[in-house]
Amino acid sequence: MSTILIRGAKVLGGEPRDVLVDGETVAAVGASLPADGAQVVEADGLILLPGLVDLHTHLREPGREDSETVLTGTRAAAAGGYTAVHAMANTFPVADTAGVVEQVWRLGRGYGYCDVQPVGAVTVGLEGRKLAELGAMADSAAQVRVFSDDGKCVDDAVIMRRALEYVKAFDGVVAQHAQEPRLTEGAQMNEGTVSGELGLTGWPAVAEESIIARDVLLAAHVGSRVHICHLSTAGSVEIVRWAKSKGWDVTAEVTPHHLLLTDELVRSYDPVYKVNPPLRTEADVLALREALADGTIDCVATDHAPHPHEDKDCEWAAAAMGMVGLETALSVVQHTMVDTGLLDWAGVADRMSARPAVIGRLAGHGRPIAEGEPANLVLLDPAYRGVVNPAGFASRSRNTPYEGRELPGRVMATFLRGHATVMDGKLT
Amino acid sequence: MKRHLISAADLTRDDALLVLDTAEEMARVADRPIKKLPTLRGRTVVNLFFEDSTRTRISFEAAAKRLSADVINFSAKGSSVSKGESLKDTALTLEAMGADAVVVRHHSSGAPQRLATSGWINSSVVNAGDGTHEHPTQALLDAFTMRRHLSGVGRDLAGRRITIVGDVLHSRVARSNVLLLTTLGAEVTLVAPPTLLPIGVEQWSCQVSYDLDAVLAKSDAVMMLRVQRERMNAAFFPTEREYSRRYGLDGLRMAALPEHAIVMHPGPMNRGMEITAEVADSPRCTAVEQVANGVSTRMAVLYLLLGGSEPAIATARTEDARTEESK
Repeated sequence: MSTILIRGAKVLGGEPRDVLVDGETVAAVGASLPADGAQVVEADGLILLPGLVDLHTHLREPGREDSETVLTGTRAAAAGGYTAVHAMANTFPVADTAGVVEQVWRLGRGYGYCDVQPVGAVTVGLEGRKLAELGAMADSAAQVRVFSDDGKCVDDAVIMRRALEYVKAFDGVVAQHAQEPRLTEGAQMNEGTVSGELGLTGWPAVAEESIIARDVLLAAHVGSRVHICHLSTAGSVEIVRWAKSKGWDVTAEVTPHHLLLTDELVRSYDPVYKVNPPLRTEADVLALREALADGTIDCVATDHAPHPHEDKDCEWAAAAMGMVGLETALSVVQHTMVDTGLLDWAGVADRMSARPAVIGRLAGHGRPIAEGEPANLVLLDPAYRGVVNPAGFASRSRNTPYEGRELPGRVMATFLRGHATVMDGKLT
Repeated sequence: MKRHLISAADLTRDDALLVLDTAEEMARVADRPIKKLPTLRGRTVVNLFFEDSTRTRISFEAAAKRLSADVINFSAKGSSVSKGESLKDTALTLEAMGADAVVVRHHSSGAPQRLATSGWINSSVVNAGDGTHEHPTQALLDAFTMRRHLSGVGRDLAGRRITIVGDVLHSRVARSNVLLLTTLGAEVTLVAPPTLLPIGVEQWSCQVSYDLDAVLAKSDAVMMLRVQRERMNAAFFPTEREYSRRYGLDGLRMAALPEHAIVMHPGPMNRGMEITAEVADSPRCTAVEQVANGVSTRMAVLYLLLGGSEPAIATARTEDARTEESK
């Protein structure tokens, strides 16, 4: 096995340290470690974090390989500093059986860019009526622990209750896409001043908040844990904060785009800004940042949602919802959380690696950078400033809202169990 | 003026007055035996209608033809299968055919803006109504009509009190009118049940009331919006009859208006719903006049977007002069 010496990296943003990687494991962390024939990676001025873990990625395979595949999606993940991603279940066919989740899991293992941990559907075909075989998916080689109908809300209160209860048997979690369907029929953007002026059907905050309120109460009632996907409003933050204050096992994620962008951008009618849940207001953005900083929101999840060009190169109402995010997430978090002083790098490691790994019950990821731990690492240059150019993306899709925008930070190297998937800022 | 007309907000007060004054010139053409100007000879105007429309399409067609433009009518009623691709591909096709202006009606809010800004085409884009967003030429013809009745040719609408009643939430006419009329100095009041007002309406540059009777006596013009009967099924209001009682304009309510006030309707009217036949057929109702004014106003818009600054009006004047001479 090869040995790598990462020299002079600021581990979690702290004092410079040398980190020796031997095979798949961190062998030593210290000052002035001898190279002893190891490959040396000079990391002066760079930050070393545990490899990032995404709880919310759409890899599109099987079924929509025109927008992303497990290969292109995991390459994008590695380029963004991720060593594990949770692949959402809304594929074709839906990941609602052990067969589909094992297929996706094996594809990820085979390519070796990033671990792919499939998310299982809560209900058959994401239709919200009949529980999928959650236990079979949990017992499969993929060992599914996160279940979600993401893209659709499990809106039936009884189905949601049963799912929350059932997954307790294997320490699973239901990740809810909180969207009350009747309140969001035909919804196109955040309901507020801008939607009124633009004449686009509104997606009101209450449609998210009412489901979250119901589900934290349900989770408390049955003594299970619930995870809230892509929380997007200030009101949702308040509900999650209240639930946590009660000691209930509630976790939540926020996307990078909800930490930065607002519905004012929709005035362009450019569907690159069309996403679900929609971009909200400045007040929501600030509340989400604060909640991520104080831990009310546990983690950042990308909701990486690739779409082919033609699904965005059209009028607003006809366009698909979603944005790619894997390759820009760390930069957006640096820009919105670190450079603003809300979070230090240890906090970033917690919110983008440690906590999502715990929520997903993902062994071997989100671990401390210490002797004997798996060498899942990302090395980034926080001083870098660059303009986002989607032509350089590893993802198969280009639907980024940040094109032409200057963002800080750059992933210089990513290590998956000691193997460099990114080196010198390039995929290996 | 800008190269496109997408929103009434694109028009400054001077722009709007220029359109209205030009429309007055154009209206004089309509009174002549030969209702045609050579201004846009050799230019091509495409009417691209993705949504059913009779009066707006015919109005634009008449306007373009009176300016001697070549007119292509493209009726591409939107299908859910073709989705957005049809808009881009249709636009590229029209561009290849050499369209100078594309007049677009689309069921999706923002579609004309996408056409104008996406880089798909180079021609001027005129919004002929997009979803529940805007319908700027309707607002222009409404302002044209109001000006004739309430303030006089050449003037703006300063201090005129305009009441717009009905389904504001889904109305592109209301959005464009609020923007344009306030630009022209009018004081606009929207009247509707709370369910039919958009969230955030309190931040618009107008007043809002739930009570029609309270504002009638203070109105110089009342514009009744069409209320789709299918809204009833979505619980926006309990029954048609209740809507009519609370927000419909009947003879009794019309009598509460000041003597000089006019009643407007963008059409098509739901007689018996938002307006009774008695009001619709009264001399105070300008619905038919609005249609006629629509042609003049759209001539002015097409001329100003395509023809540039001088020739049309100059020609209009010389031809008028010639007509005078020949009399």
